[in-house]
Amino acid sequence: VTVNIRRIPKKKFIMPGNAACPGCPETMGMRYLRMALGDNFVMVVPAGCSSVIQGIAPKSGIYAPVLNIVFAAGASAAAGMKAGFEALGKEDVTVVVWAGDGGTGDIGFQALSGAAERDDDIMYVCADNEAYMNTGIQRSSLTPYGAWTTTTHTGKREHKKNIPLIMIAHGARYVATATVGYPTDFIEKLQRASKIKGFKYIHLLAPDPIGWRFDPAKTAEIGQLAVKTGFFPLFEYVEGRFQLSPLGRRYKDPSKRVPIIEYLKPQGRYKHIINKPEEIRKIEEYIENTWRMIDILEKALNPQEEARKLVGGG
Amino acid sequence: VVVKTLTGNYAVAHAVKLARVQVISAYPITPQTSIVEKLSEMVEKGELDAKMLRVESEHSALAAVYGAAMAGARAFTATASHGLLYMHEMVWWAAGSRVPLVMAVVTRAIGPPWNIHVDHQDIMDQRDTGWIIAMAQENQEVLDLTLQAFKITEDPRVYLPMIVGLDGFILSHTRAPVDVPDQELVDSWLPPRRQPYVISPETQLVMGNIAPDEDHYMMRYSMAAAMESAKRVIEEVDEEYGRIFGRSYGGLVECYRCEDADYIAVLMGSWAGDAKVGVDMLREEGIRAGVLRIRFYRPWPRERVLEAVSGAKGVIVFDRAVSMGSVGPLFMDVAQTLYPTGKSLRGVIAGLTGVDVKPEMFAEEIRAFAGEVEEKGHVYDPARWLVPEPYRRKYPPKPEEVVAR
Repeated sequence: VTVNIRRIPKKKFIMPGNAACPGCPETMGMRYLRMALGDNFVMVVPAGCSSVIQGIAPKSGIYAPVLNIVFAAGASAAAGMKAGFEALGKEDVTVVVWAGDGGTGDIGFQALSGAAERDDDIMYVCADNEAYMNTGIQRSSLTPYGAWTTTTHTGKREHKKNIPLIMIAHGARYVATATVGYPTDFIEKLQRASKIKGFKYIHLLAPDPIGWRFDPAKTAEIGQLAVKTGFFPLFEYVEGRFQLSPLGRRYKDPSKRVPIIEYLKPQGRYKHIINKPEEIRKIEEYIENTWRMIDILEKALNPQEEARKLVGGG
Repeated sequence: VVVKTLTGNYAVAHAVKLARVQVISAYPITPQTSIVEKLSEMVEKGELDAKMLRVESEHSALAAVYGAAMAGARAFTATASHGLLYMHEMVWWAAGSRVPLVMAVVTRAIGPPWNIHVDHQDIMDQRDTGWIIAMAQENQEVLDLTLQAFKITEDPRVYLPMIVGLDGFILSHTRAPVDVPDQELVDSWLPPRRQPYVISPETQLVMGNIAPDEDHYMMRYSMAAAMESAKRVIEEVDEEYGRIFGRSYGGLVECYRCEDADYIAVLMGSWAGDAKVGVDMLREEGIRAGVLRIRFYRPWPRERVLEAVSGAKGVIVFDRAVSMGSVGPLFMDVAQTLYPTGKSLRGVIAGLTGVDVKPEMFAEEIRAFAGEVEEKGHVYDPARWLVPEPYRRKYPPKPEEVVAR
């Protein structure tokens, strides 16, 4: 199934007067969300940039029904809401959590883990801008190694927590990675996920020009570079089957990858390490380790692919 | 009507079933657990057509029932002690959303050290949140209050969530005969769920995004106004319930031998039963004492308290909680209410952490207070700690703890 973006209705989803920063990846992502899901969904938004982007009540900058909720309760409020709709015979309403990396991997992680384990019928999108951007760029467990934040002035010393793999370990029905750099890929994944009953998780890399310190015109481009450098692999895990996404499959081969420095250089948050080869090496090691895990998953959780390779002598 | 011997917790479960709750979520905590166990059993046996979310924490339990309620479903949760504290953020969020919700709180002390026995510190921690807070004295009242809670919270004049408090173990795990009303009668009395708004694709509403501070202020103001009108609704529901089901409790407060009483003990929860026995003892001695039991702590029944104690010389408040560095929370409310009357007042902090207070001890405290008032003419003594045996001899109340005016 491929998405022709021209065939998607050109309804205004993100309204003028919203409070997003220039080049905001979240409004891009939310636009794609509405393009993919149509009208029959409700958003649950735990604290974060998206709480603010909506603008000032009684108006809203997002043309969608939204239940704002406390930081730690995105997944649980959504699970309850879905149960409420089911109890009222409205099983067809999709309940989508739209959370940041902190609301997903840190303070909201317990609720997320619970909902995934219970297989609650919700869609969870983590718009990952790799730090607490709404409060002014503080490190989260999803901030990558080396990145400057206002609480890691000399660069974070730990690697990014890999939430999608943790979700696979939960046995979630659907897990995917996407970036605002590739809208059709994201929309496709949203649409595929929406047809599955049970817990769905999509990790959306959301390059943030303010927190990552790059030109706001380059949000999509940085998102694409994250994929092309191998830093952020695009994949899908559907009902126990793992596969790399067509758009990112070629970057499994290290020789096809754009050098990581091309991803780091435009981002001011890496300024202090850009000339330190040993620091760059750490990030390269992270990429290698990530792909090693991806490779294992692909082999273990993609029996058809394996069979094809065996038949083909690979 | 079927009379069953039920624990307080099972009485809650039966009321939830009778109210045809649609979504339930809870997390185990002593002494609440048997509520959620019973409800799970009812759901699994098909006796109750509800969705059950067995969540990973209390924070999620309240968030889940809140989400369900925002979708338009009748929802219920229950907790106690540390679980209630863990929910606390969601307790505020739910009230601020003006969403009808019902929660049973099985009162229990807060650690450290670990302690599963009764006091009211956990429920008092929710005092300022905007939830209606009721406390039962016995198991029949637990069932009746829980059932009434749905009608009260879903009344358009109220639209606030409600806590039904029942004392840990004293009620939660003690069996007593309970009249369980007929389902048909409940169905004819309890209307379908009403709520101010729902979040859905049809309504396209947004709840909770940033609002101007002035608007937010007015939201707080409207909650306070709803609390005021809830007083009337609570009394109406109590009267109506009495007509239909044969049991009324006096609405916001219950007066026991207050009419001609010189000295009135004010308290809430199960130990009011012991206080009543103590008052009976005093009556035999010729001391005209009474008990004013606070059934609804929020909204605070100011008018009813003033009426009930109008003829009394002194009021003695028994708090099963304390605001550290200050006095008992119930005393604060009684004192601010009675300030214009200039009546003698004493606050007794007792029964914390499950320490038992027997009827004789109530009698002794009320008798001593009466004696002091008779002797001195006026007593104002906001925080007298009723130190338990065997510490009593070791730490007698210091003279400066008794302030005479």
